[in-house]
Amino acid sequence: MAAGLGMEWYLPVIWAALIGTAVSLYVILDGFDLGIGILFPFARDDRERDQMMATVKPFWDGNETWLVLGGGGLFVAFPHAYAVIMPALYLPVIVMLLGLIFRGVAFEFRSVTDNKGKWNLAFTAGSVIAAFSQGVILGGMIQGITIENGAYAGGSFDWATPFAALCGLALVSGYGLLGATWLTMKADGPVGRRGRSQAKLLLLAVLVFMGIVSLWTPLMSERIFARWFSLPNFYYLWPVPAVTGLVALALWRWLETGREILPFFASIVLFLLGYLGIVISNFPYLVPPSLTVWDAAAVPASQIFMLIGTLVLLPVILGYTAMIYWLFRGKVAEGEGYH
Amino acid sequence: MELDPVMLARLQFAFTIIFHIIFPSFTIGLSAYIATLGAMWLRTGTERYHLLMRFWTKIFAVSFAMGVVSGIVLSYQFGTNWSRFSVVVGNVIGPLIGYEVLTAFFLEATFLGILLFGFNRVPDWLYVLSAAIVAVGTAISAFWILSANSWMQTPAGHEIRNGVAYPVDWIAVVFNPSFPYRFAHMLNAAYLTTGFVVLAVGARYLVAGTHVEQGRTMVRMAIGLMAVLAPLQLVIGDQHGLNTLEHQPIKVAAMEAHWDGSKPGDFHIFAWPDEKAETNRFAISIPRGSSLILTHKVDGLFPGLKSVPPQDRPPVVTVFFAFRIMLGIGFFMIAAALFGAFLWWRGRLDDTRWYLRIVSQTWWTGFVAVIAGWVVTESGRQPWIAQGILRTADATSPVPGATIAGTLALFVVTYGIIFSMGIYYINRLINRGPQGSAVSDDSGTANNPLSAAQHATRDAIGTR
Repeated sequence: MAAGLGMEWYLPVIWAALIGTAVSLYVILDGFDLGIGILFPFARDDRERDQMMATVKPFWDGNETWLVLGGGGLFVAFPHAYAVIMPALYLPVIVMLLGLIFRGVAFEFRSVTDNKGKWNLAFTAGSVIAAFSQGVILGGMIQGITIENGAYAGGSFDWATPFAALCGLALVSGYGLLGATWLTMKADGPVGRRGRSQAKLLLLAVLVFMGIVSLWTPLMSERIFARWFSLPNFYYLWPVPAVTGLVALALWRWLETGREILPFFASIVLFLLGYLGIVISNFPYLVPPSLTVWDAAAVPASQIFMLIGTLVLLPVILGYTAMIYWLFRGKVAEGEGYH
Repeated sequence: MELDPVMLARLQFAFTIIFHIIFPSFTIGLSAYIATLGAMWLRTGTERYHLLMRFWTKIFAVSFAMGVVSGIVLSYQFGTNWSRFSVVVGNVIGPLIGYEVLTAFFLEATFLGILLFGFNRVPDWLYVLSAAIVAVGTAISAFWILSANSWMQTPAGHEIRNGVAYPVDWIAVVFNPSFPYRFAHMLNAAYLTTGFVVLAVGARYLVAGTHVEQGRTMVRMAIGLMAVLAPLQLVIGDQHGLNTLEHQPIKVAAMEAHWDGSKPGDFHIFAWPDEKAETNRFAISIPRGSSLILTHKVDGLFPGLKSVPPQDRPPVVTVFFAFRIMLGIGFFMIAAALFGAFLWWRGRLDDTRWYLRIVSQTWWTGFVAVIAGWVVTESGRQPWIAQGILRTADATSPVPGATIAGTLALFVVTYGIIFSMGIYYINRLINRGPQGSAVSDDSGTANNPLSAAQHATRDAIGTR
């Protein structure tokens, strides 16, 4: 293509969209099962915990695979970004992985042990640590990464800022909200009812955190400020916060009126809107403030080879993922879930 | 003292990958065994096969969980510890890993859900089919990751521009010269590893006089398979070695501790390779044995270590001894499998107690052989991380040594806890036995892994 925009322009954008999809699927799907871990300590006894865990057991492994696709996709499509982000966020990434290890094995170990207490703790601590670390990773990327000559040039603790900690707390409460509304939908009896009242508290927390992050980010970066508040951008973008507010209101109403399924999906939409806000703030930067999706992209030959497979396989994966959720539909009652 | 980041990054990777490979070596074979048991159950209607299927599925669930969580760590380490590697070869290796995720990981994870929890929700054929799909998924996963590893050993289908590898021919990349051999060798190793675990558990039951009927079935199925696969592994390994000689002769020289390429090579049964003096001490050798194996001629020549400068040689002692450990276990496996087959043929398998006693203790052999084999091939590639393209020392991330040391310590503690508990729980499941799980399972739905109480799994998932 002599004039217009060629493959080198489109491919990285397509890949950014694909990885964005994988990450949002990860956040939603593993979000609710991490949320179960976050809410674990508030259960009355181990029977209730068994019930909570039973609602996610057939799904958690598949859910976590989206994280591998997100990280793997970054490696495949944007090796330069991958090579900068991972060293920059080395400690939070590794701590997240360790958290995921403890909670992952807790699913299986907890059901064979005589002493559930320690694996309850591993499940909760692992889930909270993984969720918080993911928030820190997100915050660390938004606040920017120091790059010289295409490589990370900062220290081991550059990510450790109040802003990153705030993002960590935001994600813990967000995953908690997804978990609570999941329980509202999937768990019978007291566990489901408790999920409903926890969801209300968590919704308030999420809204507070979202508000602070939304105000803090444009104040932190002139680039992001200009993206949102310059004209005519503002005319197009003001519906994002407005819709977010409406969805939050609807979610609250549905929790009040005893709806069982809608709150979960409203929580997902809330997450997607927050995600959209981050994308609007930062696109086309993959590693703000210096690497764009085009700077970080793999060569077209690699992106095309992978794209062909992805376009064929992703619908298949989504198909059998939907199948397993359909297969294990319906509510889990207390007592049914003790293994 | 400065902490050497390269050495620490290598230690961390070695530790996490050795821990990880234990689980795939087991689950690749075990899923195939579970699917086989399922197929036999469907065909014959014999409840014993179904019982065994459920029993091994529980053990599979624990192992698979440990494999999954330790595998996620590896997929991130390319970036955290080896970011230069990602930049230099990411264009070529990246898509291979990507295809592994897309074609294998989701498949395994989803159908495992059905295998573990779906028994009463899906028809029997779909339940067994899910086991087969999990088995195929693990093999597909091995296909891609071994393709990626083989490319690091014998790169092909690429060109180098400004020190970065670019793909030219994907078929040549995926089916690079060492890939078919390495894939066959590893897949067979995984089946052998599982076979020896199944054999050991069956023999343990026969020796103890518990679960005798299931024990007999396991011992026979294992020996039948091992008597074919163990000798086959010798043939595959030999071919793999010849392929390595062609493409990575210095690795072979290190395996044989062969210093001087102008003379035929002896096969050293034992020796202490002295890397400073460039010779072997305390050698007990079969004269010209290596030449015979590698060139099929008594006076055949092959390159020696001295043909390259010391900085281009792998760590000879490590490669040399790891190779001998793998080889020794391989010969033990062949002997154990063929002798077991002989006993079976003579009708003395169940009462040759000394044989059962030995094989009931050798469940670990496959794991050690697999790890030793990987040490040979990975250490033997040094000083390169991608042969001829990038040196290991140039492949690391800009992360300080202290940070890597700290996370390495965390990995050691975490994996120490997880591994010891996992082994403990698996051992307990084995002690409880297949029969035990069926007795305590009042609802006949023991498809939930590791359930102590085994109550109505189907209900646990959510039907009313």
